[in-house]
Amino acid sequence: MIHFVLLISQQGKVRLAKWYSPYSQKERSKVIRELGGTILSRGPKLCKFVEWRGYKVVYRRYAGLYFCMCINHEDNELETLDIIHHFVVILDRYFGNVCELDLIFNFHKAYYILDEILIAGELQESNKKTIERLIDAQDLLVETAKEEANLISKLIAQATN
Amino acid sequence: MESLFQRSLDDLIKGLRLSPPGVEAAFIAKSVDEIRREIKSTDSQTKATALQKLTYLHSLHGVDMSWAAFPAVELSSSAVHSHKRLAFLSASLSFNPNTTDVILLLTHQLRKDFSSSNPHDVSLALCTLSSISTPDLSRDLTPDLFTLLNSSKNFVKKKAIAAILRVFEQYPEAVRVCFKRIVENLESSDMGVLSAAVGLFCELAVKEPRSYLPLAPEFYKILVDSRNNWVLIKVLKIFAKLAPLEPRLAKRIVEPICEHLRRTGAKSLEFECVNTIVTSLSEYEPAVKLAVMKIQEFLLDNDPNLKYLGLQALAIVAAKHSWAVLENKDVVIKSLDDVDVNIKLEALQLVMAMVSEDNVAEICKVLISYALKSDPEFCNEILGSILSTCSRNFYDVIVDFDWYVSLLGEMSRIPHCQKGEEIETQLIDIGMRVKDVRPELVHIARGLLIDPALLGNPFIRKVLSAAAWLSGEYVEFSRNPLELMESLLQPRTCLLPPPIRAVYIQSAFKVLTFCIYSFLSCGDDTSYHSELTDSVLKGDFQESSDTVTIAPISDTDIYDGLITRSSHQPPKCVSTGNGDDSMISHEQISSASLRKQQLTQKSIMDLVNLVETNLGPLAGSHEVEIQERASNVLGMIELIKPRIHSSTDESEGDKIKGEPESF
Repeated sequence: MIHFVLLISQQGKVRLAKWYSPYSQKERSKVIRELGGTILSRGPKLCKFVEWRGYKVVYRRYAGLYFCMCINHEDNELETLDIIHHFVVILDRYFGNVCELDLIFNFHKAYYILDEILIAGELQESNKKTIERLIDAQDLLVETAKEEANLISKLIAQATN
Repeated sequence: MESLFQRSLDDLIKGLRLSPPGVEAAFIAKSVDEIRREIKSTDSQTKATALQKLTYLHSLHGVDMSWAAFPAVELSSSAVHSHKRLAFLSASLSFNPNTTDVILLLTHQLRKDFSSSNPHDVSLALCTLSSISTPDLSRDLTPDLFTLLNSSKNFVKKKAIAAILRVFEQYPEAVRVCFKRIVENLESSDMGVLSAAVGLFCELAVKEPRSYLPLAPEFYKILVDSRNNWVLIKVLKIFAKLAPLEPRLAKRIVEPICEHLRRTGAKSLEFECVNTIVTSLSEYEPAVKLAVMKIQEFLLDNDPNLKYLGLQALAIVAAKHSWAVLENKDVVIKSLDDVDVNIKLEALQLVMAMVSEDNVAEICKVLISYALKSDPEFCNEILGSILSTCSRNFYDVIVDFDWYVSLLGEMSRIPHCQKGEEIETQLIDIGMRVKDVRPELVHIARGLLIDPALLGNPFIRKVLSAAAWLSGEYVEFSRNPLELMESLLQPRTCLLPPPIRAVYIQSAFKVLTFCIYSFLSCGDDTSYHSELTDSVLKGDFQESSDTVTIAPISDTDIYDGLITRSSHQPPKCVSTGNGDDSMISHEQISSASLRKQQLTQKSIMDLVNLVETNLGPLAGSHEVEIQERASNVLGMIELIKPRIHSSTDESEGDKIKGEPESF
């Protein structure tokens, strides 16, 4: 199972952190510091797996952002690389040529997308179209709710005039 | 109204990015204060925005938000979907199942959402439950989950299955209740549902494989029919756990797995197949051969990921099929030189697995050459693994101990070597266990003790300590005890820490007693055949004149001096008058007779004086060990001096008597 997902920028700033195992706040900061240091210092030609505290951390760099996932010792590293890629492709399709700023200003949407892909540390949906449809449906809900709210306030405004 | 002046998430983020580096913490603190006020608002939108900002600060900047747990619960009951979403998101990110008290308050809300008509609400609730489940929550919500496992919407079903794994962990009773429904889902046509169900069993089977053995037929069907790689990988993992329990199962799945391995283009599936074969199906030769072929492909690939994984898989195969490693020997050895440290370490482990009696010398030679080229860390890794492999099972793999101890000596001279302690232990251990190698050990020890440069090297001190002990303990094998004494007492030994110096002094004591004993025993009793004179007589010439030529430059003066001095006094210690002297030609001077030549009265007195001069000052040392041992030696010298002098008079007398005879 995947224990946590971290997105770290090249300067060491966290852009997304999702924890699937119980980690206290202090432990979380410690993990981020340690892993950030280890992974950011690895050269580009080296293999993308790091042994860490008995677990394995698989990472991949996309533009200036490192996507890291921590897995158990028995898990398949190549599969995890595929999961990371899956996540990135979906983000790209959703935001349209996603860049780091998109993730910074829409952190909650990034989390929603991640929640559609991984549940409890396991891959739940490998079909990109399905995920797109689901997220769009949820966005639609939000939009309709907003429109309704606007409509109601317009009605009220009209009525009181 | 309040929301008009409330800062939105965007404002917060922009504010953070624009604030200069030192001010950031203050900015965050101010924002948190604002949020505290805003979150108490009754207006749902205000509360939602405040919560969103706080979640942002918490997840990316580590700000504590445990105080906001109750507002989050409040907000989750909102009818507005986006507010609910935010509330659940913040709950799943910040609630800690162990410490957040208000989690129980969520039970009712979650239950409501589970039965909601809006499937997105349901999925939200499921997602949240999987992140923060507690035993109480799990127990209370199991019945609702059970209903959801039959939901008409596939994506809800899929999430329910995924969530139920967490519930199982917290509340094991739930397994019995829900099991049947999950098994039904194994036959679902929807890939998402199937994948979730298989994933669930994968996790469960890892913990308790035997209970899921009855489901093997279903998994087999999936193995053979499915074309979805993700599902296949999970099924393979399940079989990896089940196959060892049931040999008939193993026999049936070998063929389909090999089929997949041959046909697939996906590296991740290939790797999983190889892994399954080498861990659980290693008795099936054709399958293993196929797997090794694939591993070879991985090893030769340029992608460092594949190389690393190939080496790992090879390490697993090596345990039972060493031919596989030998086939790929060259690639493995080349990988020792790789840029990536992970790959180097894997390659090193593999090389160690290849070691056997026949090739241990060759492998160690290659490894030492790599160690000399590498950075200190990897160098020590190599040395450490050589030391541990060779000493395994009481040096099982070593046949030629002379070679091994010279290797140990060589290793201690490698510049970056930090394995001094282990080398020390092994040298002494071997010295005590293997009698035949003691002469070689003493020879190596001499090499180490003589070199003054080594005394300044902190890493090698332990080895020097071992060398000193060995020289003292087995001094009878030493070719030149006087030289040994010189090196034990050289001035630079003051650089050593006290415990090691104490060992040096004790060894000097042993060497001194040996020399004096040898001198006195042949001075007193000319017909006394010590072991060494025996070996001389029996023509046991192990050492030739080489012993003279290999002496270090600094000692040749002393040698010459000794020989010229002793030539004036015919060596009385060599056995008298049975004509065997003729066997001892001038060129072939054995170590024993050289020693005998050295142990003249003059040389012994010089020796004693040397010891006295060097150890005298130490008798007043502050270090207890040093003081004690130095005092012992000096005390003994005091006692023995008269004896040496008196033996002079005797031998003088002999000489006068014997002179007419020798001429």
